[in-house]
Amino acid sequence: MAHSYKTFAAEDLAALQAICGMERVIPGDQIGEDYTHDELSGTHSRPDVLVKAISTEEVSAVMKYAFANHIPVTPRGSGTGLVGGSVALCGGIMLDLTLMNHFLELDEENMTLTLEPGVLLMDVGKYVEPAGLFYPPDPGEKTATIGGNINTNAGGMRAVKYGVTRDYVRGLEVVLANGEIMNLGGKVVKNSSGYSLKDLIVGSEGTLGVVTKAILRLLPLPKHKISLLVPFPDLPSAIKAVPTVIRASSIPTAVEFMEREVILAAEEFLARKFPDNTSDAYLLLTYDGASREEVDLAWEEAAEICLKCGALDVFISNTQERNESIWSARGAFLEAIKASTTEMDECDVVVPRKHVAEFVLFSHALQQKHNVRIRSFGHAGDGNLHIYVLKDSLDEAAWKVKLKEVFADLYAKANELGGKVSGEHGIGYAKKPYLAESLSTDEKLLMKGIKTVFDPQNILNPNKLFTE
Amino acid sequence: MKIAICIKQVPGTAQVEIDPVTGVLKRDGVESKMNPYDLYALETALRFKQQYGAELTVITMGPPQAKAVIREAFMMGVDHGFLLSDRRFGGADVLATSYTLSQGLRAAGDFDLIICGKQTTDGDTAQVGAELAEFLNIPHVTSVCKIHGIESDRITVDLDLPLHIHTAEVKFPCLITVEKGIFEPRLPSYKLKLATADREIKVLTLDDLADKDPAHYGLNGSPTQVKRIFPPEHSNTREMWNGDADELSVRLFHFLNDNKYLQQLR
Repeated sequence: MAHSYKTFAAEDLAALQAICGMERVIPGDQIGEDYTHDELSGTHSRPDVLVKAISTEEVSAVMKYAFANHIPVTPRGSGTGLVGGSVALCGGIMLDLTLMNHFLELDEENMTLTLEPGVLLMDVGKYVEPAGLFYPPDPGEKTATIGGNINTNAGGMRAVKYGVTRDYVRGLEVVLANGEIMNLGGKVVKNSSGYSLKDLIVGSEGTLGVVTKAILRLLPLPKHKISLLVPFPDLPSAIKAVPTVIRASSIPTAVEFMEREVILAAEEFLARKFPDNTSDAYLLLTYDGASREEVDLAWEEAAEICLKCGALDVFISNTQERNESIWSARGAFLEAIKASTTEMDECDVVVPRKHVAEFVLFSHALQQKHNVRIRSFGHAGDGNLHIYVLKDSLDEAAWKVKLKEVFADLYAKANELGGKVSGEHGIGYAKKPYLAESLSTDEKLLMKGIKTVFDPQNILNPNKLFTE
Repeated sequence: MKIAICIKQVPGTAQVEIDPVTGVLKRDGVESKMNPYDLYALETALRFKQQYGAELTVITMGPPQAKAVIREAFMMGVDHGFLLSDRRFGGADVLATSYTLSQGLRAAGDFDLIICGKQTTDGDTAQVGAELAEFLNIPHVTSVCKIHGIESDRITVDLDLPLHIHTAEVKFPCLITVEKGIFEPRLPSYKLKLATADREIKVLTLDDLADKDPAHYGLNGSPTQVKRIFPPEHSNTREMWNGDADELSVRLFHFLNDNKYLQQLR
């Protein structure tokens, strides 16, 4: 799939400015540094031009021009990705969709929300909640765009009970590589009408088409919720309790595990104490429901199960202030770990739930084997782990080698347990070799075949997902 | 050492609506919770229990449902609970509330130290602590932001005053009100919920108090009456300023300063 692209020239800039106007088409040398990278450290590349589109028609016209002239296009939302997915590695056009940030329709009868891709995740909940509706996916990065969430099939903490972004995408408007505008799916609840192209687009990281509109499925807003902070004597006992908790009569909304070291880092980072830091390991469970009674039944059963599984106690967080004291710390874990070291890289594997304990303990043991600091926390309830390898005082060369060795061990183990390379962050640029290693030859051929059908010239977000 | 903590049940959300016509709080369907400021008073007391073996008693005034906050205090580690509940206590202003609490505390036992939160989230007056101490005729310190320690007959604390920190040593018996954030409040424990499920909550009515004159309680004992409650008006006035950063920052500083939005820093 190696392609050589047209060298971006003054005439291309002029053509794009003719489509979108001077103000929203910014030449390469005037593009801000932010647009040269995402949240993945160490990967920088400057696009030749930044186009801030405001309509589907503009996106279509830009794609038609790029298609006719063989110019690569990298779609981008807020740039909060963690794997380099929205970095213009081959130069060309960076297609910024953040100005397409309008809510188009809240259809209460069909319980759907139609919106543009640049709407921020944090604004979706605020928009639908006054109508008593709820958009369940809850990825940690609230300033991400919904378009970015769709393109990575982002997950988040509520996946245990509610699933991931793909489960809430009913329909998409997509601009294809050749500029054609397609409507995939719709407001229908059921659909057995041929291949689900909409589901192929979800999680495709901008390599198959540009999402310009989405119809999201909503649920009734659960009015009551409670969190339980459950201390355990050690991590194995905490994580081993998870399958039993999930199999109880009510499914928790979220099951997170956290260790004392990470809590202490968050306390230091936020200059605020956590409600309890005396135990080595904790589970954080959340329950929600339509009535107080329903929620009480659910959490009391879970509390009993936890005590039977060796929990030291079960702490109850039932008010806004209490939830805030716990979740503000939980929300700061990533930044706190980042602040405790010089650089870090992350492994976002997902393994079948029953292997979570085994995998976490395996990753802990790697600290000794490779003599490197490793921190983890994550979604114990859905098997998606966030494991951070910390550079600390290693020099650049040693760090690169170390990282490669640790990651090789982690992905090999995940593969052995039936896991996948990425649970929710995607493959982007950073995880390409690991994806290549984990897929069978036939699976790779199928994926590349799909890519070729959608984007025969390989102009859409090239150099992502697949090793050339 | 015996410590009493005053707590109150308040509406569960900060967004309580007020009927603009009748001026009455819309309490229907609003869940209740412990006044968040009281959690800091409780945490302060619970630390004294852990450190000095103090015996803790909570007291609250309210309808029978207010027992819920006493149960919650038990779930955090408090030993005893008293509920002052009597129709004749209803409609009390801060003065009558403080007087009723002072009578209740006298009936509940002898305490070395009484701890209150800074204020409540429904009344926001921050007066009950100080008035209560006056009725009990004991010294009090408000705005306590740090505890230095306890000796046999006294406590040393820091008060958070607008421009400085004031360290005070107070002899028992005394009353302190603590600031938000003095300690991070612990969460209620399910184990303690199970262990204290049958613990008695003692209910005190007017008949249990030393002063039985109903004229001193409730609406009758309240010199202040609420005339009107109304949601404050919101101003949507906006100004747009254009200019370079240096010019605008000076202008903004003067605007904030002239309109008294800025305080002198410590």
